[in-house]
Amino acid sequence: MHNHTVELRLAVVLALICAGLSIAAPQFATLPNLTSLLNNSAVNLIWAVGLLVVLVAGGIDISFAVASSVVQYIAAKLLISMGGGNWVLGFLFCGSIGILLGLLNAWLIHGFRIISIVVTIATFNAFFGLLMFFTGGRNIYNLPDWWTARIFIFEHEGADGIWSELTLPVGIMIGCVVATWILLRRTNIGRQLFAFGDNPEGARRAGVNIAVMQGIAFGWMGLMAGIAGLCQVNIVKEVVPNALYGRELDVLAAVVLGGARLGGGKGTILGCILGVMFVAVTQNGLNLLGVSPFAFQMIIGAAILIAISTSNIDLSRILRLGQREARA
Amino acid sequence: MMARTSTAVPKEPRKALIGKENLGLLAMLAVLVVAFSLTSDRFLTGANLGSMGFQMPLLGLLTLAMLAPIVSGGLNLAIVYTANISGLTLAWTLMQFGGPEAGIPAFILGCALALIVGAIAGATMGAVIAYIGAHPILVSLAMMIFLRGLGEFLTRGGDISGFPGYMNVLGHGSLAGIPVPLILFAVTALAWHILLRRTPHGFSVYMTGSNMRAAEYAGLNARRTLVLIYTLSGILCAIAGILMAARFNSVRVGHGEAMLLITVLACFLGGIDPFGGHGRVAPVILSLVILQVLSSGLNLIGANQHLATAVWGLFLIAVMVMRSDRLKRTFRFSRKDT
Repeated sequence: MHNHTVELRLAVVLALICAGLSIAAPQFATLPNLTSLLNNSAVNLIWAVGLLVVLVAGGIDISFAVASSVVQYIAAKLLISMGGGNWVLGFLFCGSIGILLGLLNAWLIHGFRIISIVVTIATFNAFFGLLMFFTGGRNIYNLPDWWTARIFIFEHEGADGIWSELTLPVGIMIGCVVATWILLRRTNIGRQLFAFGDNPEGARRAGVNIAVMQGIAFGWMGLMAGIAGLCQVNIVKEVVPNALYGRELDVLAAVVLGGARLGGGKGTILGCILGVMFVAVTQNGLNLLGVSPFAFQMIIGAAILIAISTSNIDLSRILRLGQREARA
Repeated sequence: MMARTSTAVPKEPRKALIGKENLGLLAMLAVLVVAFSLTSDRFLTGANLGSMGFQMPLLGLLTLAMLAPIVSGGLNLAIVYTANISGLTLAWTLMQFGGPEAGIPAFILGCALALIVGAIAGATMGAVIAYIGAHPILVSLAMMIFLRGLGEFLTRGGDISGFPGYMNVLGHGSLAGIPVPLILFAVTALAWHILLRRTPHGFSVYMTGSNMRAAEYAGLNARRTLVLIYTLSGILCAIAGILMAARFNSVRVGHGEAMLLITVLACFLGGIDPFGGHGRVAPVILSLVILQVLSSGLNLIGANQHLATAVWGLFLIAVMVMRSDRLKRTFRFSRKDT
């Protein structure tokens, strides 16, 4: 069921890019650069593993980045009105609001049999419109200190005096990745999610509870969106209602690039990480090589286009065809 | 309206033009118009109707560009940026001929180049989808990211403005009291309707959308159909891009970005089957009118554009929920089952 060709190819390409960058840009393979790469990818990776669960279950979610913004705003208002709060309350609030938004999607999808892309495009507009309407687009700066303080989980001073450090969101990201891996690969629920995504009717007849599956998939995505929202505030130290708008499609492209199938039943955590890192490393490498930042998106878009254009081509089949023609 | 009644004569086994779908939407539209007329006395004025007529065509053209790929069983997420890049092509051509001083021939050349650029973007997507079998969402997403990047690279994130005065006619002019953009939209929509419902290619699009393999076994060239429909979608985006340049008197990458998901919303509101194979132009146009009425009406009673966005989303959910009984019967979980 799990054939790892996509992951293998992506890993090889990523390794080649990394090797090339290490030679072309001396700063690339340094600890400070690699740690900042991880710091900058934390939020995308948290979203990515959440989205993977939804894709595995045969759905799609467009609303998660906007959901993160909603979570940030509500949680910030609640925490400030309570006089501060702490990390535990932060997780509790962000996680539960996120889950609620995810379950709302799941309820609309399952309860009314509307396909997930329609529901999440609708909730995307509803969430974003309501958020902008009620907040008037105003930012929140006076956040509790615990939320905006940088917490280092790894620090290292290099010989040249440059610090390499990993911040708390990276730790949270690793936790989310491991938790999602356990959910998908080590639990009965994970197996049911794959079965449901691969063949919903078959899974239903085999006794899988479809409503629960939709709830778990979108609830998990919501939880991840909530946690990503919490982390994003820690990184940028402010709540901006429209800051995350538009990032959902980039994350979706990265996750599908990593081998998750639109249509369900296929996808791995490794592929997910490779897909996000492929985009992050390319962007970082172009930056180090002194390429104009305006060209980043163009090159990444072209890379994804080339990747998907070649990923479905079966190299062994082409070789065999070549042999047959040579013989003929 | 006169022409419509004549086309409604059922010569073939198909739904009449004012079908069940249209009736529901017309009823909704009537309710909205009455409600807004009662709450704001400025709603049913010539000025408001005129401004609606100027605002709707842009979203309308992009929605038509989204509609055909969905009917073919896909999606085109690159529409807004295809329009942007085509608009840039036109702007760049005009700049080569002196910007505001550029003559009509330069404008025609620019439009031709814009249409070619749109067609190339669409054809590339169509080819990858048809011949490599990659998922349309992913292909058009990658194309969207690429075109957005290309546009930002070429313009350095800035805008190009200062176009010849006659372009104003296209964006803001009226012909016999009817806004020129609305005429452009009406002509395109009619052409799109004829293309989809009255030509062999349109038939092939519906067949490919409902079951690509069956279409191929039936002797249709499904792959060529897909390339063609995405190419036409790209050309329509280019027309939208030209109109955008004329209306805003500037071209900027990201103009109209918020319209992307609204076009999908309008398509589904208009009863297009998300899995492809079913859907008509007329109900989608009705949906567009409804969305425009909602937006203008809310604006008149003092709410802002963001509330309109939220209401559009909630409205789609409400319509889908109301249709869910019908959906339950035809619901298929994934395309693989087909």
